[in-house]
Amino acid sequence: MTTAPPRGFFAPASSTAPPRRRWRLALSFWLLQYRRTWRGSILSTFVLPTLYLASLGIGLGGLVTQHLGNHAALLGSTSYLRFVAPGVLCASAMQIGINEGSWPVMGAIRWQRTYHAQLATPLRIVEVLDGHLLWITIKIGASCATFVAIAAAFGAQPSVKAILEVLVATVLGMAFATPMVALSAHVKNDAAFSTLNRLVIVPLFLFSGTFFPVSELPRPLRVLARLTPLENGVALCRSLALGAGFSVGQLWPLLYLVALVIVGHHLARRSLTARLVQ
Amino acid sequence: MEPLRDEVVHASALTKTFAGTNAVDGIDLSIRRGEVFGFLGPNGAGKTSTMRMIACMSPRSSGDLLVRGLDPTFAGPEIRAGIGLVPQEDALDSEMSVFDNLVIYGRYFGLARREVRARAQVLLEFAQLADRASTKVDHLSGGMRRRLAIARSLISRPELVILDEPTTGLDPQARHLVWDRLFQLRSEGVTLIITTHYMDEAEQLCDRLVVMDRGRIVGEGTPRELIASTVPREVVELRLNPGATPALLVALKDHVERVEQLADRICCYGEDGDAILEAVIATGIHPLSSLVRRATLEDVFLALTGRQLIE
Amino acid sequence: MIAILRALPMGPTVTLSWRRSAHVIERNVMNYRRNWFYLVSGFFEPLFYLLAVGAGVGRLVGTVQTSGHSVSYAAFVAPGLLASAAMNGAIFDATYNFFFKLKVERTYEAMLATPLSVMDVAIGELGWTLVRGMLYAGGFLAIMAVFGDCHSYDAMLCLPAAMLITLAFAAIGLALTSYMSQWQHLGTVALAVLPLFLFSGTFYGLDAYPGWLQEVVRCSPLYQGVALLRALALGHLSALLLIHVLYLVLLILFGLFVVSRRLARVLTP
Repeated sequence: MTTAPPRGFFAPASSTAPPRRRWRLALSFWLLQYRRTWRGSILSTFVLPTLYLASLGIGLGGLVTQHLGNHAALLGSTSYLRFVAPGVLCASAMQIGINEGSWPVMGAIRWQRTYHAQLATPLRIVEVLDGHLLWITIKIGASCATFVAIAAAFGAQPSVKAILEVLVATVLGMAFATPMVALSAHVKNDAAFSTLNRLVIVPLFLFSGTFFPVSELPRPLRVLARLTPLENGVALCRSLALGAGFSVGQLWPLLYLVALVIVGHHLARRSLTARLVQ
Repeated sequence: MEPLRDEVVHASALTKTFAGTNAVDGIDLSIRRGEVFGFLGPNGAGKTSTMRMIACMSPRSSGDLLVRGLDPTFAGPEIRAGIGLVPQEDALDSEMSVFDNLVIYGRYFGLARREVRARAQVLLEFAQLADRASTKVDHLSGGMRRRLAIARSLISRPELVILDEPTTGLDPQARHLVWDRLFQLRSEGVTLIITTHYMDEAEQLCDRLVVMDRGRIVGEGTPRELIASTVPREVVELRLNPGATPALLVALKDHVERVEQLADRICCYGEDGDAILEAVIATGIHPLSSLVRRATLEDVFLALTGRQLIE
Repeated sequence: MIAILRALPMGPTVTLSWRRSAHVIERNVMNYRRNWFYLVSGFFEPLFYLLAVGAGVGRLVGTVQTSGHSVSYAAFVAPGLLASAAMNGAIFDATYNFFFKLKVERTYEAMLATPLSVMDVAIGELGWTLVRGMLYAGGFLAIMAVFGDCHSYDAMLCLPAAMLITLAFAAIGLALTSYMSQWQHLGTVALAVLPLFLFSGTFYGLDAYPGWLQEVVRCSPLYQGVALLRALALGHLSALLLIHVLYLVLLILFGLFVVSRRLARVLTP
């Protein structure tokens, strides 16, 4: 038998005021959890985009250079590597946003029941949500920053302003993560994720100006592609990467992405409330 | 030991070694056709390892084993064709419907589709799952899952059904439903092997049982035989104020045959429980509560292993 | 083939029956009956890649040289994507689903309590990836033909060749997964598959690499598959292709040997 706790140990506390800035407490859970799992995620968030860059930018880029002497098709980029880097950056920000908004959220609801545990403390739903979303933002931001640094080492980043790309890509990632959280709280079966991935995310990934200009698409598809959040993010990042001067026109895609994050956050909050507080 | 004609399982000096330790340590068994045979013991006693060897799912390390008259080393598929197994963790296909779970299991035995479907219908009734036929297993309660696992083990008309802790984790109502179904099987001549760590279950169900501890058989017989041969007839359970125990034990020395001190109470064994209780009151020490009862398998277990079954 | 499988040194307890293995395939078919949409959606992913890379990126690349011939980029990349699709179709079933059935659902424990043997289970699971792979590869090949990316009737040989690739990756996937004990370990699967997909000559020829790297890539199982399918689709037949076939067959037997040994150890200790 272990020794009994000292007398008075279980006496109720006299003051039980709830803590302040509670979203930070929710965030600290995810930070703590990351200390155990960072190895796996380092590889998938940093190494995989780098491999894409090496294979497509350099390997495939060689074939493109052989064919396109004048670069006219590359929207001002001076090599395929420089053309494709912002595409891969945004595509991987989207992918991380989707991933982080799906499995971990479903796990926190159904398997590890993290959300339930947090809601049994003074935390409210919106604080649980914001803590988790903030964690996802940090994760996307960190991996985008690393990617831009790697791309610079490959020689794909000719401008210092390209650092703004990290900001845009992070907002883009959150524009996917927030509605994904809403969906994850809603669906019953994780098979939905795979189907969504195959029928929505993969086409987005391939046809949103990431690997070839949308101008190469047939007209109806081109119009559709220009409406997608990924295409807006890619186009904005590409113009930033080129180092062109600021223009008001650059604000529109950013506002579009921010609006998506706000709507997504609203949906996520509603969906989580419906799921967790019946 | 020579195998007898009506033996379904015959084992002598049966041993299973994992990484140098004997999980099953040289046991002899003789399980006869048509009986309900129980393995009783705490977790880690070697019950499940023994069952897995009998079910031809784990090769023995040494000793002899015949199941349905055949050696599992060479006749695994042939032996298993006549065995139904209900594993501890059900191992159902959670993505499939209740009905499909039965059908595909029957197909593993090589039964024709038509035959399996017909049999599955009857088994669903038997397991009280007929209205759940198209429900996904994911959505079943623990009791329903266990009943489905039992129904599944019967799809191939086995002569021997092995159940590993059939009622662990079930509520009392669900347990009684399972017991009722097992009685029905027994009445039709199916041989049942059951592991459990519930004494009442063993007393209710088993014709004969063995008590296992640390890989060995420490007691064997019918539940009545075991109780009669191992412990006195009655027990007095006493809860005392802390500190009162030593004095009482000294005072009772001549009145009881045996005393077991447990974490929260003491058990005094003797032929006459009321007499013991009178002796307790005569000492002037007042217990917080007292209970006189008949000895059970629980007491047998305590006497044989010096431990409580469920800790 | 049966003789080879029976000759694998498995000990006296392991038996094999094709009929019993077929019931393992039957279980998977029944399991997917409810998720047929999920099964079918797997066909679209490689199709999207064919359109985006073949047609889209193809506009940026024009024509490429392969084994001394000049072909359109779409015709060049399509067999590579078919090989990748054959790999991807197999790998998910052979890793994630296999792990789920082995460790979480304990499906195989239930199977082994019936007359099924460990070898029946391993062969049955391989057979299922084959059925599924045939579905995807057949569809993809048909679309390649419609797009004009198949240059001769020899391209029909792409189907059995794609089956070899599927089986090879399924066998290796099963073998590796049988050593995994936690979900986290499955993360290494994506980590192995993506470099294979990107660097095994799917998107561009070996001449993009320096000499020593070319030799490394040649050893990759996916490169062997890509080279085989590309030669068949473009009608560049030669006896040397048998080396690719041999490589893949050996991989299948090796994977099968490892997985059935591991299953016996894990499931019937």
